[in-house]
Amino acid sequence: MTTADLTTRLGRLELTSPVLVASGCGGSGRELQPYADLAALGAFTTASITLEPRRGRRAPRVAETPAGLLGSLGLPGPGVDVFLARELPWLAEHCGRVIVSIAGGSLPEYAELARRIGTAEGVAAVEVNLSSPDGWDRADAAARDGYSAQRVLAAVRQEVPRPRPVLAKISADVGNVTEVAAAAARGGADGVTLVNALPGMAMDPVTLRPALGGVTGALSGPAVHPVAVHAVYQVHAGLPDLPIVGTGGVRTGWDALELVLAGASAVGVGSALLRDPAATDRITSELTALLAEHALPSLAAAVGLGHRTRPAITESETA
Amino acid sequence: MSTAVPGRIRGEVLSVRRTGAYHHLTLRTPGIAANTRPGHFVALAVGGDEPVRLGRRAFWVYAADPGGLYGGSTEVVVAVRGAGTAWLTGLSTGDPVDMLGPLGKPFALPREPVGCLLVGGGYGAAPLLGLARRLVDRGCKVHMLLGAATEDGLLSPLEARRAATSVALATIDGSVGTAGPVSTLLPDAFGTLDVEVAYACGPHSLLRAVSEAATARGAYSQCAVELPTSCGTGLCLSCVLEVTGDDGRTRTVRSCVEGPVFAGDAVRWGRL
Repeated sequence: MTTADLTTRLGRLELTSPVLVASGCGGSGRELQPYADLAALGAFTTASITLEPRRGRRAPRVAETPAGLLGSLGLPGPGVDVFLARELPWLAEHCGRVIVSIAGGSLPEYAELARRIGTAEGVAAVEVNLSSPDGWDRADAAARDGYSAQRVLAAVRQEVPRPRPVLAKISADVGNVTEVAAAAARGGADGVTLVNALPGMAMDPVTLRPALGGVTGALSGPAVHPVAVHAVYQVHAGLPDLPIVGTGGVRTGWDALELVLAGASAVGVGSALLRDPAATDRITSELTALLAEHALPSLAAAVGLGHRTRPAITESETA
Repeated sequence: MSTAVPGRIRGEVLSVRRTGAYHHLTLRTPGIAANTRPGHFVALAVGGDEPVRLGRRAFWVYAADPGGLYGGSTEVVVAVRGAGTAWLTGLSTGDPVDMLGPLGKPFALPREPVGCLLVGGGYGAAPLLGLARRLVDRGCKVHMLLGAATEDGLLSPLEARRAATSVALATIDGSVGTAGPVSTLLPDAFGTLDVEVAYACGPHSLLRAVSEAATARGAYSQCAVELPTSCGTGLCLSCVLEVTGDDGRTRTVRSCVEGPVFAGDAVRWGRL
């Protein structure tokens, strides 16, 4: 049996594999290196880079929930200067393609980040974090509506040289995810990443108070996977030409294929890496096997397949 | 001290043994044990392949045997605190366990044969027994202080007596040794023993007490800091603490990557 062709496209960006590291769960890349083949990744998406260094929220920062993890990190990171000097060159050398996620607290901050990151060598694409429930201490900084999304994307697009794609990462925690995706595209996004972690909370059974130091957190893991499949399905139905990176609770090759069938051209692996730092290798081989099992010649043949009417089943097939 | 390159293996349960308040879980871990030093930890996945409990559980290595019948084994001490640890202690011989290790930076050993004080609280004594043996092999005098809430929480006091030059015990309820937290033994130990390096593992309050007592006596301290993690590899960013570097600047670092063993005087204990 021939192996299915895994190459895929996000607009102008061609990737040798649809399996990506999602933003926020791959560390600086170095942490994964002992376990995973980084060069085989479609791309590595960085944690959201901020203009200034951020220490992040106080402990406890992670709580385990049924089939999920609640994170309350507060976007810790070295800031854009240190990222460009120390982290990006290493990632570009070892990971093939690097998608840099950016998070600003205001339109000028997004524009400044876009200018610094968008023109840096080794950046394959810029992902605009519009909606991290874990990000800012003020919830109103997140662009959850179409109007804000379009304004942020326009500010970013203006600063990123044209051939370099810009993706908008959108939460499912918005009124109408297709509307927000369409607005981001009007603002200049070449594609969307669906979905960001969902807002969540847990109480501590001993203290009877919020389990996370930051009180509220961001839910990821298998618990959010069906939400991601739904969001990808909706957006692909409404905007069939808009490239989608599906992400949310991907743990197995089948989870990845579900997002592809719903309309994703690439799939981000996030919290699964915390348990299995070699998850991207395993998911890639499982996905390859599933494509072969279903006689799909390429990943491209599976993108959005879940939307298409099934061919009529003949009597001989049902017998 | 250099960091060993960690590996990921499908370990196999050799035994689960209940001792006092803890369970000793011994896994067949070919290739891992040879690189393991006292202060290293391992991270175990719990719940098999079911995606219900996602986080790994981190454990100090109690013993690592690179040879033997099984081609290398690793023994950890498990205190049951929830469903994940209960799952681990319910395993049977032959069951598979997904393990990452050895992780982190282990205890640094003195070059000269100096006097060492090893202080362990509860299951935090786990990495200290192997450390005591290594220090004795180097000609060091090794004094151990072990403490717990009750007698059954004292980890391996008999093995400690065999390994160390001297051992003193403390329990909060006074069932064995001095009544009170193990830190009550510190003034006497630092006052009467020749201590150049203090090693500690246990609750943060104990680590702080050891660090401050050592600094006051002009001794070095090495503290193994346990913080909640869900990966053990540095990805989840949850096991952070503040340390002050040689340059005088305070940074937020991940215990699992830059530690878990830190110089006691570098840690900002008040911020933990």
